[in-house]
Amino acid sequence: MSGEAEFFNEMREPDGSVRDAYADYCGWFNDQDSKLLKRKHAEAETNFRKTGITFNVYGEDEAEERLIPFDMVPRIITAGEWRRLTRGIEQRVSALNAFMHDLYHRQEIVRAGRLPQSLLRDNEAWLPNMVGFTPPGGVYTHIVGIDLVRTGPDEFFVLEDNARTPSGVSYMLENRETMMAMFPELFLRVPIEAVSDYPRRLAKSLAACAPDCAGDKPVVAVLTPGIYNSAYFEHAFLADQMGAELVEGSDLRVVNGRVAMRTTSGYKAVDVIYRRVDDEFLDPLTFNPNSMLGVPGIMDVYRAGGVTIANAPGTGVCDDKAIYSFMPEIVEFYTGEKPLLPNVETWRCADEDSLKYVLDNLGELVVKEVHGSGGYGMLVGPASTKKEIEEFRAKLVDNPSNYIAQPTLSLSTCPIFTKKGLAPRHVDLRPFVLVSPDKIDITPGGLTRVALKEGSLVVNSSQGGGTKDTWVLKD
Amino acid sequence: MLGRTANGLFWMFRYLERAENTARLIDAGLRMALTRDLVTAEEEWRSVIATAGQRAGYEAKHGTYTGNQTWNYMLREKANPSSVLSMFSLVRQNARLARNAISGELWEAINENWLVIEDQLSKPVGENRVLDTVATIRRAGTLAHGALAGSMLRDEGYHFARAGTFIERADSIARILDIKYYLLLPSLSYVGSSLDTGQWDQVLRSVSGDRAYRWLNAGQIDARGICEFLILDESFPRSLAFCYCALRDDLAALARLHGSEGHSNMLMRDADTRLTELTIDDIFDQGLHEFLVEFTANNASIADAIANDYRFLA
Repeated sequence: MSGEAEFFNEMREPDGSVRDAYADYCGWFNDQDSKLLKRKHAEAETNFRKTGITFNVYGEDEAEERLIPFDMVPRIITAGEWRRLTRGIEQRVSALNAFMHDLYHRQEIVRAGRLPQSLLRDNEAWLPNMVGFTPPGGVYTHIVGIDLVRTGPDEFFVLEDNARTPSGVSYMLENRETMMAMFPELFLRVPIEAVSDYPRRLAKSLAACAPDCAGDKPVVAVLTPGIYNSAYFEHAFLADQMGAELVEGSDLRVVNGRVAMRTTSGYKAVDVIYRRVDDEFLDPLTFNPNSMLGVPGIMDVYRAGGVTIANAPGTGVCDDKAIYSFMPEIVEFYTGEKPLLPNVETWRCADEDSLKYVLDNLGELVVKEVHGSGGYGMLVGPASTKKEIEEFRAKLVDNPSNYIAQPTLSLSTCPIFTKKGLAPRHVDLRPFVLVSPDKIDITPGGLTRVALKEGSLVVNSSQGGGTKDTWVLKD
Repeated sequence: MLGRTANGLFWMFRYLERAENTARLIDAGLRMALTRDLVTAEEEWRSVIATAGQRAGYEAKHGTYTGNQTWNYMLREKANPSSVLSMFSLVRQNARLARNAISGELWEAINENWLVIEDQLSKPVGENRVLDTVATIRRAGTLAHGALAGSMLRDEGYHFARAGTFIERADSIARILDIKYYLLLPSLSYVGSSLDTGQWDQVLRSVSGDRAYRWLNAGQIDARGICEFLILDESFPRSLAFCYCALRDDLAALARLHGSEGHSNMLMRDADTRLTELTIDDIFDQGLHEFLVEFTANNASIADAIANDYRFLA
């Protein structure tokens, strides 16, 4: 492929020599028997099946459980790179949290003219019920996933903020377990930061956000929509690893001003709910009245300080891509510093000038829906046919404020293992960030998603992407 | 523990037991069919289906009884809600539901076996594969119980899992005996009449008790002995007395863990006392069938009481 040299290859320099981060790994790799590696590759899949690390897909017939393809070549980040990323992520996440508080209180950022009021007014994730209310400990975004892309040795960009309910952390953990089971000798040879205590950190971080009425040992529960949800495995996995109950809406009810779960010995109060249920289904009395997934009255208890909901309702505002385009201003406004991690250049199609530019350059841009996620409803200009571009143009003209556009990024590549040996594929990175009143805690590692198709830039698992173990090297 | 999770564990092990018992019935039926002429074999398969409580469903689909049709219906028929395939899929579904209440080893024992069983039952099972398939299903049960015993905390979850196992097992033994009770009656009224030992062998095999029985009775097969063995022998893990001994302990442990006794403990105590005080003569005097009907109804009441006491449902 002619374009290969245009992309930053994380393993190899343009002259073919191995970059420092991968030196130890490649030293090991070159000693391996390729037949053995092929067998290991097949074993990895069996291992995921046995462990039941699957996501559910709804077909016409019945729900099917699928595996997210796993690639056994690790994505490696040096200690120095990670330190820099950590500082940038901390800055961004603390800004996000301050931003949420401001949005639901005085809206200083709007008063200061740094963010248009219309962006809040038109934001579907904005919840009037949260106005004037401060969640326990002042924490809104307890768990954040920051999606990063890389384009060069020192060029990292934030592609998306996931402040609503970021998923995928179970893959970070299970990919590591699988790698350690397959190649224990590698872990003796290369010094790698551990990720396995993430569940403990999560439990600790959530407990630190418990409401005042909680006892010494706050009761934490994971709220899942149920076994048919696509991420059910992760919900059960995290509850199990944290030693927390895994509850469904039907297990909970409001009892004496607290949210309580039905245990075998009666109703017992829950202090912190790590919910994996969307805002609109949380409380049928407040939001979607048809929701069977939530708990009637939970919002009243929440506003009275009787329970912590993580993440706080209404944090989805930050996931909006129009808000994203203001993140440099937001970071500066709340931290007084220039952002350490840059945004990807973004055109808001709501602006007339930007729209004109976007329409003139559709073939080169990536256009996304403001509220979209999962790689759906987007146009990747260079990978699209004329017909697809024209169809998208019509949608864009029809409702410009529903879209933003970004340049097609030269995402870095990392090799994957194929039948013919190593081959470069595009990757991104989602580190997981925990926020408690006095701490922002980032587990060294994250979820690396990889586009398995040659040349493809779309890494979403719903679009055929896979995952890799992500290593942060120790100094 | 959540009531819903307790319910999941209880039913996970009930369904597992049911799948395993179905496999045992097929095994015993196959053994009979191999040693009989075709006409008798057809009778045998009819009796196997009846014992499994699947007669109505089977006859709605098939007009005749052949071995192949019968075991495929019991193992993998889509329209049969009690097929091993349906049962095992429910076992796994309940295991997923109670995933954070069971050990990783138990989950993997269930999940790995589900993958194998689903694969083995994806195609019709022929004569050459049926024994293997039945063995796989039994092994799945053995592995799950091994993982339960070897890796689970002795908390309430463990006792709910065991309670489900023994409620289901007792129900299954009682049903097998009840279906075959008419075979016993003549031999009781006519002492010394020739017993159809093949039939009895089948009953014993369907609870994997043939070897144990022979070991205890030195080759003597008589109706009274077999009934006494399956109802009252506390040393045989598939006797009613054994099941209730175990169930009594599990329910007592649950009451201890919850700090109070419930209706289930009361029913259990009564049932247990009745069973301990009975002799095989009392049972035959009362009528074996009458005894079994009462036992089964009472067993179901205990199961209901457990669900109530521990808030299985909202």
